[in-house]
Amino acid sequence: MSIKGKSYIVGAYEHPTRKAPDKSVAQLHAEVAAGALADAGLSKEDVDGYFCAGDAPGMGPISMVDYLNLRVRHVDSTDTGGSSYLVHVGHAAEAIAAGKCNVALITLAGRPRSEGMATGTAPRQGNPAQPDLQWEYPYGPTVVNMYAMVAMRHMYEYGTTSEQLAWIKVAASHHAQHNPNAMLREVVTVEEVVNSPMVADPLHRLDCCVISDGGGALIVTRPEIAKSLKRPLVKLIGAGEATKGQMGGAVDLTYSAARVSGAAAFNEAGVTPADIQYASIYDSFTITVLVQLEDLGFCEKGQGGRFVADGNLISGVGKLPFNTDGGGLCNNHPANRGGMTKVIEAVRQVRGEAHPAVQVANCGLALAHGTGGQLGTRHGSGTLIMERE
Amino acid sequence: MTERTLPAPTPTPETEAFWAATREGKFLVKTCKECQRAHWYPRALCPFCFADATEWREASGKGRVYSFSIMRRAPQPYAIAYVELEEGPMMMTNIVGCDFDEVAIGQAVRVELREAEGGFRVPVFTPG
Repeated sequence: MSIKGKSYIVGAYEHPTRKAPDKSVAQLHAEVAAGALADAGLSKEDVDGYFCAGDAPGMGPISMVDYLNLRVRHVDSTDTGGSSYLVHVGHAAEAIAAGKCNVALITLAGRPRSEGMATGTAPRQGNPAQPDLQWEYPYGPTVVNMYAMVAMRHMYEYGTTSEQLAWIKVAASHHAQHNPNAMLREVVTVEEVVNSPMVADPLHRLDCCVISDGGGALIVTRPEIAKSLKRPLVKLIGAGEATKGQMGGAVDLTYSAARVSGAAAFNEAGVTPADIQYASIYDSFTITVLVQLEDLGFCEKGQGGRFVADGNLISGVGKLPFNTDGGGLCNNHPANRGGMTKVIEAVRQVRGEAHPAVQVANCGLALAHGTGGQLGTRHGSGTLIMERE
Repeated sequence: MTERTLPAPTPTPETEAFWAATREGKFLVKTCKECQRAHWYPRALCPFCFADATEWREASGKGRVYSFSIMRRAPQPYAIAYVELEEGPMMMTNIVGCDFDEVAIGQAVRVELREAEGGFRVPVFTPG
């Protein structure tokens, strides 16, 4: 069974806040849920499916279903880190196609900035029962040095340079200048990126995403309901998910699960990377984008550095406009989980509602992709392909 | 420069023998008696053939750096790495006892069982 064409994304809302010390995490979930429902032209009473991940406070989906006072007949709290929300859209489409729900609400929210979380640079203590913890925690793995080891190996195997990685941040900054809500709106140069302080070799400060409070929400529904609403139609035509581990010690840092989730989504949609007019690509770090672009098939493995250089990701300049909201690198990375905002900006592009300075002309086909966890060693991956109808 | 003190690992019943052996100066790797493959991190069931037949074997302690990163933004900078062991599997570790500028992919390294918090000894690697 395929989900192709069996559901539509009819509501998408990104919270405008980037720092919310005066709000609770549950409150932020409610605010984004209300925003997405208003965007769709639906009400809370229409929701009969609810999806959330590890950022939702409490017990799986139960605490938020209670707080939001929902009456649902289908829930899913699959947690694949920052890619969860892409996976949720695919799962919502499956549930809708199987008749398990009609209107699916997906929420994400968090306040790592207000809570002073050293997201990338502090080793996380974790649960001792987590099987990998004792073999890693003593060595000080952090988000940034784990991703840095992927970049270091990529440079060694393929000759990728810091300047090429910097182009990814430069492209994001060109887009963020037009987003009034973006945390970093200043256009930066390759020189500024490579001259910013080294955090974990070879990743500099400007190779890293922002830390922000906020959130986002999506509404997915069946075709009949979507067509009864007033919004431009964003049809889901392909979804793929995958995980990658350390394979018992056969670690390979050069590729990600995007290789699998991307192929599944393209296969279901019946399109190829060359057909994609806009791509939201998870950008926790510059290297994240580079590896995923290769694994999704936008270029050959090892050619990512050349592909992203010279503005190729800048809307109106290059061949593959990406993250036109400024992405996690410049705009927003709510709850340290960037998958939600990737879907939201892709929806804006397909609707023709991105900022006019970055809107892709006649954007009929868009891809959104995310990785959650550790790029290279263990992560979840979700890819969505959506089409304007 | 003083090197970072290693935090204590958190053994489980599945792994106590490994940490006990490090106190006797032995670095063990789990190998499957059925398929004969060594794996990392150590498990009771072989992650390749799923046989409930893995055993601890003393490793040579030799390996090569597969990738690494110097964590600069830390109170005491340190080198995290993946080292490919002579027995086959890759493990996360720290490279110690050298200048950070000396660390390189492909470099030969050998194990050192370094004292950590809580009286543990943790396998790290040094050039050579």
